[in-house]
Amino acid sequence: MMGRTIFIDPGRCIGCQACVSACRECDSHRGKSMIHLDYPDEGHTVASLPTVCMHCEDPVAPCAEVCPADAILVTADGVVQQADTTRCIGCANCVNACPFGVPKIDLQAKLQMKCNLCYDRTAYGLAPMCATVCPTGALFYGTVEELKAERPGVQVADSFTFGDVVVKTGVAMVVPADKVQWPVPGGLPIVQINGADVT
Amino acid sequence: MTAEQHRATVPLDPSIAPPGTRNFRDAGGIPADRWHADQTGETLVPTHCCFCGVQCGMYLRVDRGGKVFGVEPRNHDINRMRLCPKGINAYQQVNHPDRLTAPLMRRSRDEPFREASWEEALDFTVSEIRRIQSACGNDAFGLLGGASLFSEKTYLVGKFARVALRTRHVDYNGRLCMVSAAGANKLAFGIDRAGNPFSDILLTDCLLIAGSNVGECFPVMTQYVWGARDRGASLIVVDPRETAVARTADIHVALKPGTDSAFFNAVLNVVVEEGLTDEAYLAEHTTGWAEVRAKAAEYPPSRAAEICGVPAEQIVQVARTFAGAGKAMAWHARGIEHHSQGVENCLTVINLCVATGNIGRPGAGYGTITGQGNGQGGREHGQKSDLLPGGRSIMNEEHRRQICEIWGIEESDLPPAGTSMMEMVWQMQRGEIRGLIGICNNPFVSLPNYRVVKEGYDAVEFHAQFDFFLSETAANAHVVFPVTTWAEDEGVMANAEARVVKHNKAQEPPPGVRTDTWVMCQLAQRLGAGDKFAFAGSREVFEELRIASAGTVNDYYGITYERLEETGGIAWPCPSTDHPGTPRLFEDGRTYHADGRIHLQVVDWHPPMDPYSDEYPMSLTTGRTVAHFLSGNQTRRLGALVEQTPRPWVEVHPSLGFRSGDPVRVVTRRGSEVFPALVTEAIRPDTVFVPYHWPVPTSANALTVDALDPRSKIPEYKVCACRIEAGEEVDIVPSPPVAPGHTAYPETQVSRTDPLPPTSPQGRGTAERS
Ligand code: SF4
Ligand code: SF4
Repeated sequence: MMGRTIFIDPGRCIGCQACVSACRECDSHRGKSMIHLDYPDEGHTVASLPTVCMHCEDPVAPCAEVCPADAILVTADGVVQQADTTRCIGCANCVNACPFGVPKIDLQAKLQMKCNLCYDRTAYGLAPMCATVCPTGALFYGTVEELKAERPGVQVADSFTFGDVVVKTGVAMVVPADKVQWPVPGGLPIVQINGADVT
Repeated sequence: MTAEQHRATVPLDPSIAPPGTRNFRDAGGIPADRWHADQTGETLVPTHCCFCGVQCGMYLRVDRGGKVFGVEPRNHDINRMRLCPKGINAYQQVNHPDRLTAPLMRRSRDEPFREASWEEALDFTVSEIRRIQSACGNDAFGLLGGASLFSEKTYLVGKFARVALRTRHVDYNGRLCMVSAAGANKLAFGIDRAGNPFSDILLTDCLLIAGSNVGECFPVMTQYVWGARDRGASLIVVDPRETAVARTADIHVALKPGTDSAFFNAVLNVVVEEGLTDEAYLAEHTTGWAEVRAKAAEYPPSRAAEICGVPAEQIVQVARTFAGAGKAMAWHARGIEHHSQGVENCLTVINLCVATGNIGRPGAGYGTITGQGNGQGGREHGQKSDLLPGGRSIMNEEHRRQICEIWGIEESDLPPAGTSMMEMVWQMQRGEIRGLIGICNNPFVSLPNYRVVKEGYDAVEFHAQFDFFLSETAANAHVVFPVTTWAEDEGVMANAEARVVKHNKAQEPPPGVRTDTWVMCQLAQRLGAGDKFAFAGSREVFEELRIASAGTVNDYYGITYERLEETGGIAWPCPSTDHPGTPRLFEDGRTYHADGRIHLQVVDWHPPMDPYSDEYPMSLTTGRTVAHFLSGNQTRRLGALVEQTPRPWVEVHPSLGFRSGDPVRVVTRRGSEVFPALVTEAIRPDTVFVPYHWPVPTSANALTVDALDPRSKIPEYKVCACRIEAGEEVDIVPSPPVAPGHTAYPETQVSRTDPLPPTSPQGRGTAERS
């Protein structure tokens, strides 16, 4: 199963954005954060949810698949890299293709940027910067066995549904143990296309 | 694989780093030629975060030119690599363009500041001290310190006031922080600190958190809370707001602000009624139980439910959960301490822990969560108006004699106790204190009732301030001394566990900047007390501090810089250099009172000082947000933190009819201000919340009441009467003042005036979504 990867546990997230700050500080994207935080139930609770690149495995990296310039490389160990600066044309196809809303375009530089799992750190055994600092363990880096040793009974999922499509990812989510639902519903159901009701 | 093994296989920093600097990446197993930072000749200096009372370990990244340019997580056993956004961005203030690099001076407040030489600024200050003291007496000059200073400096503040200025008027901004908890702990246990280390949280079966928004104020402590949850501990949170930690609690008691002691008395009532007390422990280890028990009988859940605005069943549930757990712990913070009965609120929590026998065992005990990095250590060595080094009382003849001997002064020359920080401001207003030096504090933002504070400071004939940025308070001064940041000096701080940790120097101060120690010693010399202040630096001050604390409850004698560097921190008391320190108190069942017992105290609830009325029917409560620290003088200048939380807001319940972003005017008896509404169900309908890190006209503390707890003299920040009404448009957040000749940090200018409200209940709404 999964090797060493990031596990996201929204139940632990306190919305502090240490991950966002840390990502800005890491050497591969210094000055820009590739994580964002969502507030899924605004106005009702303080719940928050960090989103990193999910490093899709099957279908492999939709962002890379649609890239007309072949700028997005997927490494042998499944890490979907940021666009190659010498190839990227800033067309934003990847932004549209990503089911999780991850890649960003720097319009001035005409360059796509995204989380590359801190390849500069993980390649040498360090955890990605976000998962290193996350004060709560909402972002955990390691193997599923290591996670289970720390958190007995934890349940994880690495498959998400978008309509009929199931996407299997390299990064996994912790799901509530008493409500195991797998694959996890990803995104909102499509109810309208160009103003027409499709439900 | 266990968590331990996991950590062992990841070649992170394997241990606490040795003294001095070393190449982190070499230590972490990274080939030097594969990491661009190594090509810059980077070194990493092991130190700690300058901000809150967790005192996370971190490395400061220092480039070949000797300048701090970044941060790297450090596997210190307090934080195990974790950092919050403040810690991650802290390094940016070291070489920030707003840094003061020359003394600023003016002879009257009508003049603009001009840069002056150190000689001129020091001489002018001393001539003003002399002028005021010879005309109006020594006590007409006051000194206000800060609990973000290293302990060496706080020791020096107390000594400087009493030996060089010979004034009774010295106090510090820790008075606004955890003195209520300190007072309660002293009354009950004879010792002023948390009973247990953070790591005990991992062992507990039931964790009660009262008045602490752990997720935002002490984010790195959350790992201990979640760790306890992983092992099945139940969690009780007592807080008017549904904070990130309260959201996941087994029981969240959303009580009305200012009713904590009624609540805890009622919980004790149920514990007694249901026979869940530990009578054997109470008989053997306490005094006053019969009276406390009788008082608790006056608070049946039905009565407290009415006072606190929570269901009576919830009180019963809390009592059963806490008392029924094998090991239970209670941690509290400003939420119950910032009250006119702050000490008493803490005492009711202590009564609950003691009555259930939860004291002095792994996983069972109490703790106070300190706001400022050195909130704990900052008062231990004589900076507080009534304390001498080693926590000695300035009223105690024996203690006075001991200190006079160490300082080499006559006992008749040692002034008596002074007044507290807020009281000193009232004295300034009345013209009793006519000159003031402030070190590392920003009362214009941090004290309640801004109008009174401004009047007090304006009335002072001479005001000098030590700071590294021009704070709102420093902008009102006659002289501003540019001093070092935490990264440019070495020294110790005691964190919330009373663990003393050492901060190391990462870079030389910018030209023109001096250490607070140097400035105080220079002033002392000019005041004729140079022989008592012949300190070359922190290390020499620490040696004197060790001796001055020897034999007291706050014994630091066995702590040395070398030991701190080897161990990663030692909890006091530590009486000898082979003593391991005392992470957990009362393991032998004895307290620090002469009879060795816990002195339980009777507490009666009384309503908050600012009464509700038809005109002011609601509660205003205040607090922090994760991106900012205290008065924001430091964090309101750091781009990432400003972007994360650019401005304050007012949290209102949906039932009040506002929509998010609407301008809402919050009116109290002290004034009114307009904030954007953040509509959320996470707050009580009768309460509104405003975070307090900003100056007027967006200052929560312009609205809060300057009522004090009679014992700890802490202001009642956490509750005052208010009403809310629709505002016209939101008040614009002013930029922090910048000294002449400096340019404001451009990034921070962008979003500060953004009138939009935060989009999330935590007010952290500007996460990057582009
Ligand atoms: S650092 Fe961790 S807890 Fe904080 S916002 Fe990011 S994921 Fe959530
Ligand atoms: S502010 Fe507190 S929690 Fe955050 S990094 Fe600093 S010490 Fe740690």
